Amino acid sequence: MSEIELKVKEIQDNALREITSADDLEKLNSVRVSFLGKKGSLTSVLKSMKTVSPEDRPKVGKWVNSARAAIEEQMEAKRKKLDAARLDRQLAAEKIDVTLPAKMKFIGHRHPNTIALEEVERIFTGMGYEVIEGPEIEYDDYNFTKLNIPANHPAKDEQDTFYINKEILLRTQTSPVQARVMEKGKLPIRMISPGRVFRSDEVDATHSPSFHQIEGLVIDKNVTLADLKGTLDVFAKELFGPDTKTKFRPHHFPFTEPSAEVDVSCFKCGGKGCRFCKGSGWIEILGCGMVHPHVLEMCGIDPEEYTGFAFGVGLERIALLKYEIDDMRLLYENDVRFLSQFN
Amino acid sequence: MNTSLSWIKRYVPDLDVTAQEYADAMTLSGTKVENYEELDKNLDKIVVGEILSCEAHPNSDHLHICMVNVGEAEPLQIVCGAPNVAVGQKVPVVLEGGSVAGSRDGDKNPEGIKIKAGKLRGVESHGMICSIEELGSTHEMYPEAPEYGIYVFPDDTKVGADAIELLGLHDAIIEYEITSNRVDCYSVIGIAREAAATFGKKFHNPEIKITGNDEKASDYIDVEVIDKDLCPRFTARVVKNVKIGPSPKWMQRCLASNGIRPINNVVDITNYVMEEYGQPMHSYDYDMIAGHKIIVKRAKDGDVFTTLDGQERHLDHDVIMICDAEKEVGIGGIMGGENSMITDDVKTVLFEAANFNGTNIRLSSKRIGLQTDASQKFDKGLDPNTAELAVNRACELMEEFGAGEVVGGIVDVYDEVRQPKEVAFEPEKINALLGTSFTEEEMIGYFEAVDLKYDADKRCVIVPTWRQDVFRTCDLAEEVARFYGYDKIPTTLPKGSSTAGKLQFDMRILSIARDIAEDCGFSQGYCYSFESRKVFDKLRLDEDDALRNAIEIINPLGEDFSIMRTTSLNGILTSLATNYNRRNKNVRLYEHGNVYLPKALPLTELPDERMRLTLGMYGEGDFFEMKGVVQLLLSKFGLKKKAAYTTDVLKNYLHPGRQAQISYEGVWIGEIGEVHPLVCQNYGIGERAYIAVLDMPAILPFATFDRKFTGIARYPAVTRDISMIVPREITAAEIEAVLEQRGGKLLESYNLFDIYEGPGILPGYKSIAYSLTFRHKDKTMEEAEIVSAMNKILNGLNGIGIELRK
Repeated sequence: MSEIELKVKEIQDNALREITSADDLEKLNSVRVSFLGKKGSLTSVLKSMKTVSPEDRPKVGKWVNSARAAIEEQMEAKRKKLDAARLDRQLAAEKIDVTLPAKMKFIGHRHPNTIALEEVERIFTGMGYEVIEGPEIEYDDYNFTKLNIPANHPAKDEQDTFYINKEILLRTQTSPVQARVMEKGKLPIRMISPGRVFRSDEVDATHSPSFHQIEGLVIDKNVTLADLKGTLDVFAKELFGPDTKTKFRPHHFPFTEPSAEVDVSCFKCGGKGCRFCKGSGWIEILGCGMVHPHVLEMCGIDPEEYTGFAFGVGLERIALLKYEIDDMRLLYENDVRFLSQFN
Repeated sequence: MNTSLSWIKRYVPDLDVTAQEYADAMTLSGTKVENYEELDKNLDKIVVGEILSCEAHPNSDHLHICMVNVGEAEPLQIVCGAPNVAVGQKVPVVLEGGSVAGSRDGDKNPEGIKIKAGKLRGVESHGMICSIEELGSTHEMYPEAPEYGIYVFPDDTKVGADAIELLGLHDAIIEYEITSNRVDCYSVIGIAREAAATFGKKFHNPEIKITGNDEKASDYIDVEVIDKDLCPRFTARVVKNVKIGPSPKWMQRCLASNGIRPINNVVDITNYVMEEYGQPMHSYDYDMIAGHKIIVKRAKDGDVFTTLDGQERHLDHDVIMICDAEKEVGIGGIMGGENSMITDDVKTVLFEAANFNGTNIRLSSKRIGLQTDASQKFDKGLDPNTAELAVNRACELMEEFGAGEVVGGIVDVYDEVRQPKEVAFEPEKINALLGTSFTEEEMIGYFEAVDLKYDADKRCVIVPTWRQDVFRTCDLAEEVARFYGYDKIPTTLPKGSSTAGKLQFDMRILSIARDIAEDCGFSQGYCYSFESRKVFDKLRLDEDDALRNAIEIINPLGEDFSIMRTTSLNGILTSLATNYNRRNKNVRLYEHGNVYLPKALPLTELPDERMRLTLGMYGEGDFFEMKGVVQLLLSKFGLKKKAAYTTDVLKNYLHPGRQAQISYEGVWIGEIGEVHPLVCQNYGIGERAYIAVLDMPAILPFATFDRKFTGIARYPAVTRDISMIVPREITAAEIEAVLEQRGGKLLESYNLFDIYEGPGILPGYKSIAYSLTFRHKDKTMEEAEIVSAMNKILNGLNGIGIELRK
């Protein structure tokens, strides 16, 4: 073996040894410089080529290239290893305590009335009902007369109704929207009408002079009391859960006949009876009935051809029940500590 | 309306149900039971005992040691503290292990009080002798009971008998909610008829025996009704040789169970008949009726009359009065007069059972300020045919009790006799309305259970006059449904044509508003629609501000709720103040609700109800943060152009230098600003507060859900920053107007990134820096084009006195 060959071999061995012992990228780099750099020992072998006889030059070139390939290969392998180790160290150093507090975006909250309303709207729009609103300041005619509540009916007593003048009042129910929609004469009708209503009740834990109702109305050919029962049964199950049962009790409203009040099985105790349902297992939630033929007549619909049902439910009643709010006044105070509890 | 279960059973003797069963079934057939109270609840092991001996307790000045025979082999030793205890009395005795309802003070214990054997001051006592209060009732309801002390039975009472049975306490008081259409059910008979039909039992209507001597009532009394519209019927009968005394125990028990205190036979009979038939009666001292003549007529405006409670009542022309030949003796249907009331010395009684116009009684009673049991029955509008039954029933009871000699005949002024109605029977329509398939026979069966007779020839249902709620097919359908059971009616969904469920456009826009407001940290509040006029002063509105033209409620719940709001600010500021008072930090609230703007006052047509979205906040954040929320809202509503913020109109409730009116395409859409410190002070908000109001009806025409893809820029943008020295009074809007006008299509966007006043800048000037972004949509812009665009802009800015900062 020639002297040069031995020298190349020695350089290669030295390089490989140094690569093995390099324990960071900087050291590895200086190994590269000292062997493969412009002034590196392997490069200097090439530079000394001119002292080699021309016939030996290819051989020397081959030795050098093979040594360079071996060194580079080893060096690349080492570099990958060191890179990986460095990343591992970095990641280890960056470990955080994931149980530290989250950075929250400061967002606002929806009023429980609205949450309940959106829930009701979702249920009924899904069943093909249109949501229609009407005026809050209303004619006596729409609020009462057209709903079969003639002059001098006790329901019109001043203690119940806020009047602006003889003909104009603050609506006491959302039912006048029924009359307004029926009068337009576009049939069939499937609608709900949510909105603000007013009654002359002093403010206390269960009363407010202003509250909200959701009126429902369906007018079509062959609508039956059985359809009303089925519809409200679906509504109750959607709103209060699939195990909810409904109970229809005969009642009286001037604008429906027959009429009923509807109880749902207490969703707190499942109907066994608890403090929430006052031991009865049932909670009253709405009033309903078959639209009175006289109301249909007054609104220009032929009761011989069309029938329909209507229902009315108190929005606050649903919100108070669903979210177990024990004082209606909280709904109008707008204390953010209250408002932030429902979504 | 209350009745005892036992009173119902007088007409439905076969009724054998518990109070709970009764309550459940009656509620489901339409006579809603609100509540019931079992009178023998907690009463256990209580028998009649006879006091064999009674000696003073050696260690007490008021206790007695009694030996009591309760019908067992050995008498019981019982220590008793009642002052009226005496040998020979028959008394209620609670045996060991039994229980009573409450204490002798009448305080009921929900679980009752257990009686155990024990020693009282060293003497053994095996049971307790009780008072009516300990049995859960009162001296008022049992007038024979002493006011303080043990109850004493009559001497002939059997020892060892069930004392509770003898006192009529194996009973339940039922409280009903009667709906206004069922006037007939404001009577025991009416409810009993429903109960019989509900349980499928026979209803026994009381049969009234003909009473009276050979004399004629018309020889005693003459009745003239002048205002027949207010008094469709007036019946009168006379009873002479009246002996006032207590009514029988059974009647006292019935009255007490309905909450009516027994008084004497005549009063008790009229009260009993009122409860039984729902027909109020009145009894006059016949000898006090001048001219023995009754005239029924309207009062005169300004008349004053003293009712039998001793109160002076002020009358008017719409009040119906009962008069004799000289004077008024009673307010028809409401209350009798002091001048003709029954006393213990009465010799001859005149009974009245009349029928009055219900609406008139209701309105009169409200105007006079006097509601009575009678007026509350009359104001429902009674059946005039019941009046005769009632007066005859009262006379029958007088005779039966030996309380007087009934004069024969009746004086009856009744011109328009009310006849039963006929309602066509259309079974197929009933089934169509209910969604059922009853046979005709089934339906007729339900009708006849409540005395709605079927006339097969006329194919109609005869509706008796006491049923004032049955007029047409739907009413008959109700009868079928409620006696069949609403719960058994099938459950289906409407078939018919399908309809599209949807929210209106304005509701969808509001729903976006809620999302955005909440995203920006605002929580939703609900505010009242009515408020006080004081609000206008709190908001520092000028005396002639149009917002002061508010709609007034004529019967408000006090001044605080007396006008319909014309501005939404008070609601949100009041809510902010509530939060501030409660030390809540960084509060942001929004509300959407109507304001009510009259087109003219007084109101002749419905006002303009305008939905306002109102935001308010205090704590972190400033004017520009609020403005950012407004901008975000408008952009999400689909308003693509820039809204204008102008300051030529200033509002007194806002900071004069920090407010703006907002408009879009020249249309006013809202306002924004810092709340004026004096207004904050008026509301008690101790920090800077900011509000924004958006008028939704003004915004809606511009709002849209349409969005179109405009492509993604393919060529690079070029950005140039300019820093300017600007006269202080020039607004950013003015600068931006120049940028937009001069920048043309090439100027893609601009962004203000610095604003400064102070050292280094001349007084009266400010430094403003914008970053301008240019882009050509079809090519990469060349330097020359950018320079030219910039020069155009700089020239424009020069034109309004703006120099580049050196």
